[in-house]
Amino acid sequence: MTSQSPSPAPAVHARRENYLTAGYGVKSWLLTTDHKRIALLYLISITLFFMIGGFFAVLMRLELITPAGDLVKAETYNKLFTMHGVIMVFFFLIPSIPATLGNFLVPMMIGAKDLAFPRLNLLSWYLFVLGGVITLWAVISGGVDTGWTFYTPYSSVYANTHVIATALGIFIAGFSSILTGLNFIVTIHKMRAPGLRWSRLPLFIWAMYATSLVITLGTPVLAITIVLVALERLFQIGIFDPALGGDPVLFQHLFWFYSHPAVYIMVLPSMGVVSEIVAAFTRKRPFGYGFIAGSSLAIAVLGFLVWGHHMFVSGQSVYAGLVFSLLSYLVAIPSAVKVFNWTATLYKGSVSLQTPMLYALGFIGLFTIGGLTGLFLACMGLDVHVHDTYFVVAHFHYIMVGGAVMGYLGGIHYWWPKISGRLYPEFLAKLSALILFIGFNLTFFPQFVLGYLGMPRRYHAYADEFAVLNVMSTAGASILGAGYLLPLAYLLWSLKYSKAAEPNPWQATGLEWKTPSPPPKDNFEQTPVVTHESYDYLEGADVATEAQVV
Amino acid sequence: MKEGLPLFPDAASTWARDVDHLYFYLLGVSGFFALLICVLIVVFAIRYRRSKGHQAVQIPGNLPLELFWMGVPLVLALSMFAWGAKLFVEVSNPPAGATEIHVVGKQWMWKIQHRGGQREIDELHVPLGEPVRLVMISQDVIHSFFVPAFRLKRDVLPGRYSTTWFQATRPGTYHLFCAEYCGTKHSHMVGRVHVLEPAEYERWLASTPVLEGPVDAGHRLFEALRCDTCHSPTSGPRGPDLAGLYGRQVALAGGGTVLADEGYLRQSILDPHALVTEGFEPLMPSYAGQVDEDQVLQLIAYLKSLGAAPAGGSRR
Amino acid sequence: MSETGGPLAHQFADLAQQREASTLGMWTFLVTEVMFFGGLFAGYAVYRHAFPAEFMAGSRTLDVLLGSVNTVVLICSSLTVVLAVHCAQLGQTRAVNAWIVATMVLGAAFLAIKLVEYGHKWHENLVPGPGFLFEGANETPARLFFGFYFVMTGMHAVHMVVGIGLWAWVLARSMRGLVTPEHHSHVEIVGLYWHFVDIVWIFLFPLLYLLGAHE
Repeated sequence: MTSQSPSPAPAVHARRENYLTAGYGVKSWLLTTDHKRIALLYLISITLFFMIGGFFAVLMRLELITPAGDLVKAETYNKLFTMHGVIMVFFFLIPSIPATLGNFLVPMMIGAKDLAFPRLNLLSWYLFVLGGVITLWAVISGGVDTGWTFYTPYSSVYANTHVIATALGIFIAGFSSILTGLNFIVTIHKMRAPGLRWSRLPLFIWAMYATSLVITLGTPVLAITIVLVALERLFQIGIFDPALGGDPVLFQHLFWFYSHPAVYIMVLPSMGVVSEIVAAFTRKRPFGYGFIAGSSLAIAVLGFLVWGHHMFVSGQSVYAGLVFSLLSYLVAIPSAVKVFNWTATLYKGSVSLQTPMLYALGFIGLFTIGGLTGLFLACMGLDVHVHDTYFVVAHFHYIMVGGAVMGYLGGIHYWWPKISGRLYPEFLAKLSALILFIGFNLTFFPQFVLGYLGMPRRYHAYADEFAVLNVMSTAGASILGAGYLLPLAYLLWSLKYSKAAEPNPWQATGLEWKTPSPPPKDNFEQTPVVTHESYDYLEGADVATEAQVV
Repeated sequence: MKEGLPLFPDAASTWARDVDHLYFYLLGVSGFFALLICVLIVVFAIRYRRSKGHQAVQIPGNLPLELFWMGVPLVLALSMFAWGAKLFVEVSNPPAGATEIHVVGKQWMWKIQHRGGQREIDELHVPLGEPVRLVMISQDVIHSFFVPAFRLKRDVLPGRYSTTWFQATRPGTYHLFCAEYCGTKHSHMVGRVHVLEPAEYERWLASTPVLEGPVDAGHRLFEALRCDTCHSPTSGPRGPDLAGLYGRQVALAGGGTVLADEGYLRQSILDPHALVTEGFEPLMPSYAGQVDEDQVLQLIAYLKSLGAAPAGGSRR
Repeated sequence: MSETGGPLAHQFADLAQQREASTLGMWTFLVTEVMFFGGLFAGYAVYRHAFPAEFMAGSRTLDVLLGSVNTVVLICSSLTVVLAVHCAQLGQTRAVNAWIVATMVLGAAFLAIKLVEYGHKWHENLVPGPGFLFEGANETPARLFFGFYFVMTGMHAVHMVVGIGLWAWVLARSMRGLVTPEHHSHVEIVGLYWHFVDIVWIFLFPLLYLLGAHE
C-alpha cells in the first residue's frame, strides 16, 4: 500500500509534471508541504503501524488456540493485547482515513490548491512520527500492560510497566490529530472553490467535517486525562486513587468522553468513503443526500453524549445509566439512516461490482451487524451479562475492522488510480476483498457466541468449553491475515508494472476526477468553478461509458 | 465440561431467564434487519447490474420514506431501552431479607465470608431458591464479579461498596470470573459458584469450620479499637450511640440527612469528618490504615447486629 | 498557524481568505483548549463537591495577596496586547514592538510571582507527594485540593510560557518590518491566544484562591 519512491510518470502523461515528479530526493519528501505528499508519508507510516499491531494480534490468536496459557506468559499476553489496542487505535485507525485519503482529497474535492495550513500539516506528521517512536520505544523496552483503556488505579498505581512513556506517545499523537482536524475545519470553511456551496459538498467532505469536529472537541479531554494519569504516577496526587481519596470511576468518565466519540472518528470517514463509492458504482446521486450529510453531523453531536454506556456495571448511578442508555439508542438512528439510504441508492441504479464497490457493500453488511450488536450493549439489562466479554470484542471489531478498515481499503482502491496514476489488477483485488470478507466473519462472528457464553475479554487462559469457538476464530484470523497481505503486494506491484490510469477511470463525478492522475502539484491547472450539484450523473450518461465497462 | 459446540450458557438464576428473553427479542429484531439489508443489497446488485441499454434512474430522495425508516427503528430502539432498563432497575434493588454475603476482591483472588463466619476463597456456596445479596469491595484495583450462568456482573471497586443480588434456580457448579482487567493474573482470578439444595446448604454451613463469625469479630474489634469509649448508650456528647443506626436516616451537622447504609458506615470509620452527625463535634480520628477491608466489613456486620437487637442487648 | 503574515501564501486566493483562515484556525484551537481545561475543571468540580470543607481549608492557605497581584498583572497584559493590536492596525511598528515587550515582561512577572508561591508551598510541605503534610483538616482530600492547585496553575503556566514564546516570534517578525496594516494577523491571533490564557486565570483565581475566603 505504499509508494514512497516516485515512480517514473506513465508514458501517456510524460509531458506533464505531477506531484510525484515535482521534486526528487529524500528532502523533497521530508520537507514537503504538499498535502498529497504528506498523505503518502502518512500512508507509509500507518501501514507500518498496522503491520506491527497485526503482528501482536497474530500472537494473541495463536495463544488462544488452546485453553491453557502455554505459548506466551501471562505478562506477555497482557502486553500483547495492550499494545495491539494502543497501536491499532491511536496509530492506525484514528489517522487512517483522515490523514491519508482525507489529506489527499479534502483540498482536491473542494477545488483548493492545498490545505489552509500546509506547514502545520507537515508538523502533524512529524508529531505523529514522534508519538509513534516514543510508543514503539515503550514497546521495545518492555511494553505496557494496562490495556489500551488505562483504567485506574491499575494504570496509575499498580502497573509497573512503561505507562508514562506510552501515555506521552499517545499525548503527542493526539496533538497530531488535533492539528489535522483543525486544518480540515478551516480548509472546508474557507477554501471551497467558487460556487461550491455547503449543499454541493461531496458526502466524503461532510464526513471529514463531522470527524474533524469530533477530533477537535474530544482529543483535548483525552490529553488532559492522560496527563493526569502520568502526574498521578509521578507525584501521587490522588485524583484517581481511592487510597488517596480519589475516584477511579472519574477516570472512566473522562476516558470514555473521548474514547467513545473516537469510535466515530474511526467510522465516520469510512461512511464518507462508502457514500462516494456507492454513488460512483451505481452512477446515481445518493438517495437522500441531505439525510446522509445530516446524519454525519448528528452522529458527531450525539456521539458525545453516550459515553456512560461503557459504565453500566461500574458503579455509576442507575439514573445516569438510564440517560446514557436512552441516548445510546438515539445515536443508532442516524447510523440506520445511512445504511437505508445507501441500500436505496442501489435501487434502479447501474450497479457495477468492481473492487471498491465490493468493499463498500462489505462495509454496509459488516457495519450493519456491528451497529445492531451495539444495541445489545446499549441495553442495560443485557449489558450486565455481555459487558467486558468477547461479545464486546466482536462488536467493536465489526465496527472498526469490518467497518472502518473495509471502508479504508475500499477508498484506497477507489482513489489508487488518482494517487499513484496506476490501475491495479482487478481480479486479484476482487479476490482479496472476498478473502477479507470471509476471513473477517470467520474470525469475529464466533466471538459473539463466546461472549454470550461468558468468556471475559483479556483472558490469557480460559475454560475448556470455549476452546472450539476460539480455534474457529484463530482459523479465520489466518485467512484474514492473508487477505491483508494480498493488497499490500499487488498495490506495490502495480506501481511499476500496471497500466497507467486515465484521469477518471470510474467515470465518476467530483472535482478530484477532473484533474490528471496523478494530479499536478497545485491540484488543478486553474481554480475550478462549480456550477452543478454534486453527483450530477445524468440520465443517459451511461451510453458514453459502455465501452469502458465491458 | 461440555462436548461439541456450545451456543448458550447455563441459565441458573431467575434473572438469567429474563435476560435470555430480552436477548432473543434483540436477536430477532437485529436478525430481521441484517437479513433485510443483505437481501436488498444482493437483489438490487443483481437486478440493476450495469449492462448495455440499462440506465440509472436518478431518485433524489423521498421524505416519507426517510421518516418511515427513522420512525420504525426509533420505536423498536425505545422498546429495547425500556425492557433493558426495567430489568436493570430490578437487579439494582435486592429484595428485603436476602442472605448477605461479603466479597472482597484482591489481586488475584475472591475472598468470601458468609454471615455465619464461614470463609472461602475462589469458591462460593449459595442456597437454591433464596435471594442472596452480595456486598463487595476491592482491596486494590478494580475487579468485576461475573457469573455467566446467572447473567450477572458487577464491578468491584476499591474504596466503595458495590452490591448486587441473585436468586439461583438450578443446583450445580458454575463459573465465577473476574471480568475487569486487573493485572498479570487476571485470567486466573476465577472461581466456582456452587448452588446447593437448601438442606445441603445447611449441611455445608454446619460442616465448614468457623473460627469467628463476622459479628463476633466485629465486636472484638469494636472493643479492641476502643470504639465503645465514645459510642455507647452512656457516652453522652462525645459520640452517638450506634444501636439501631443501620438503615436509619441520620441528621447531619451541616444540615440534611443521609441513609446509614454500608457505604455510610464505612466512610464514617475511615473518613469520620466527612459526614458528622448533628449535635456532635468532629472529634473522631480516622481509622484508615488501622483496619483492612475485611475488618471494616466485620465492624459493619457488628453494627448491623446492633440494629437487629434491642439497644445494648447484644453488648455486654 | 505559521502561514499567517507576510505576503500571500500560495494556497490562498486572496489576502482576505488568508486572514479569515488564520483567525478561524486560532478560534478552533481555542475551542480545543477549552475542552482541555474543561476536563480539569470537571474533575475539580467533582472533588470540590465531594470534599467542600477540605477544599476551603486548602484554599485558605493560598496567598490571596499574591494571587490578586497576579490577576492585576495579567489584566494589564491583556491591555498591552489590545494596544499592540491597535498599533499594528495603524502601522506604528515601534509602538507595536514596545507593547509586545511590555506584554512579555508582564507575563514573565506573572510567572516569577507564581514561582515564589510554589516555593512557599514547597517549604510548607504542601506539594503532593511523599512529603505532603497538612494540619487542620482531613489530609487525604486536602491533598487532592493541592493536586488540583498545582496541576491547574501548572498547566496555565505552561500556556503562559508558550505565549511568551509566541510573542518573541511575533516581535522578531515585527522588527524585520513584517507587521504592516495589511499583514498583522499574527499579532491578532497570538493576541487571541493570550486573552484566552488570561481568561483561564480569571476562572482559576476565584476557584482556587477565593474559595476559602467567604467563610
